[in-house]
Amino acid sequence: MLEERVYSVKRRFLAMYKKANAGHIGSSLSCAEILVFLKFAWMKQDDSIVLSKGHAAAALYSLFAEVGLLSETQIATFYEDGTLLPALPPFNGIKEIPFATGSLGHGLAVSAGMALGARLNRQDKRFFCVTSDGELDEGSVWEAALFIAHHRLSNLVWIVDRNRIQGIGRTEDVLGLEPLDAKLRAFGYHVIIVEGHDFAALLAARDESVRIQESAAAPVVIIANTVKGNGISYMQDTVHSHYLPMTDSQYDEALAEIARAHAAAMSGARNAR
Amino acid sequence: MRAEFAQAMIALFAQRNDLVFVTADLGYAALEGVAESFGERFINTGVAEQNAVSLAAGLARAGHLPWVYSAAVFAALRPYEQIRNDVCLHELPVKIVGNGGGYAYGIMGATHHALEDVGAMRALPNMRLYLPLTSTDVAQVVAMMARDTCPNYLRLGMSAKIPGELPDFAPWRRLKRGKSCVVIGMGPVLQNLYQPPVSELLDELEIWNVGTLPLERMPDELAESIADKRRVITIEEHYRACGLAEALSYLVLKSGIVLDSFHSLSAAGYPSGRYGSQRFHEQESELAGANLHSRLQQLLRY
Repeated sequence: MLEERVYSVKRRFLAMYKKANAGHIGSSLSCAEILVFLKFAWMKQDDSIVLSKGHAAAALYSLFAEVGLLSETQIATFYEDGTLLPALPPFNGIKEIPFATGSLGHGLAVSAGMALGARLNRQDKRFFCVTSDGELDEGSVWEAALFIAHHRLSNLVWIVDRNRIQGIGRTEDVLGLEPLDAKLRAFGYHVIIVEGHDFAALLAARDESVRIQESAAAPVVIIANTVKGNGISYMQDTVHSHYLPMTDSQYDEALAEIARAHAAAMSGARNAR
Repeated sequence: MRAEFAQAMIALFAQRNDLVFVTADLGYAALEGVAESFGERFINTGVAEQNAVSLAAGLARAGHLPWVYSAAVFAALRPYEQIRNDVCLHELPVKIVGNGGGYAYGIMGATHHALEDVGAMRALPNMRLYLPLTSTDVAQVVAMMARDTCPNYLRLGMSAKIPGELPDFAPWRRLKRGKSCVVIGMGPVLQNLYQPPVSELLDELEIWNVGTLPLERMPDELAESIADKRRVITIEEHYRACGLAEALSYLVLKSGIVLDSFHSLSAAGYPSGRYGSQRFHEQESELAGANLHSRLQQLLRY
């Protein structure tokens, strides 16, 4: 089930970050549920994911290990010299990563190109692009947004990981995006707003998205309200969680917190049954 | 060269089913036939060069052969990081087509001139540049680019008028023999050597044309001419920095050939701060007319 999967994905990437003494943990925790949901509850075999917010690469690698696309031996090389798994997604080394990302503002446009390419090929393939919200400062995102809307690329799902934190501040303090939903509606999108850590909400968003896309009425964007560093009290909703690695005690605390959250989720699920 | 380029694209489209033509909203009175032939495979992204290039990278990843068209300066410089990251790093066969290299946009002014495009493109990994000299080169170049699995940059301009029979387009080709100095040039600016008053110096000049960058190995005949004459002049409608002169100087130094002199004729920018036709700017840069003549006379004395 999805809770088991996301728990496993988080444990793996926390271990990766700890071993590498690396940051970007908050970025991965922000989109962990989204990535797990896409892979296990939405994407088909031929579909692709573009993690435009490449700083969460560890979450993507961990997800790929979860489904056997990467081995645990490969995962152990994260950040090591000679690795195929650098801090941000690499070019050409891993088939399931169609483009190197992390230079922000590229992912949506390359996704649009692949979606248009599949349409021209008469292929039934879908593309899921996860951008950050800070990334929306890049003009190239809006060039792509206009294009996707104009061409009604219904085989592309754009998900905005809306954690409201960017490089060195809060999005609304640095360069306000709100009202983001209204902006995207004005561009011609069907906008779905969802709690990005809640699988039930993501499931409803998926169904709504599929309904809209099958009718080809409008391109779909999902604004996933999330929390940077979600689930780990000392990281949650902080800029620091983008940069700082974990001390030994912080790592233990992080593991304990996600274990407690997982146990609660499982208990809730049992009670619901 | 635009008309010949459009014709070449239409001809290529008749042979292949994987082409996509992407324009960033340029091509008035040039691309209408391409649009008609390509149908759904002709995409106007609007004035959005960054998106045009990333889109093309995605199209290439999906198995298509995309050509991205704009003015040279907008095609090469505005989406530079997209060309670097999305195209070149991934070795995707995206064909960037820049119309109006050098001062070709003339009186349109500095924002429309492409004086750094070649340098910017040749710095990129996996990128090969094609620099046609005349409109008759264009069909050959398009065919070569379609076979080239690398990312490419095509620099179009006003077709040069070169007297006599022009050899087929090639990475290197000798246009004429001469007595005392080897001139190596890229692009249509070479035609200025054949125009009066510069033409009175032609007997002295052995002229070679470079068609592609990075430079391929020098042909033996060229190496022999350089070793014999010991004087080299490069000519390009591009800033000296990162252009042909720098590329060639490395090749010559590496070859071990000893020279008496090496000079670069290149774009000087806007020395008077005034604007004019392509010809006006070429003259200001000592790339045409009496100014080129005096400069060459001076260089030939050494």
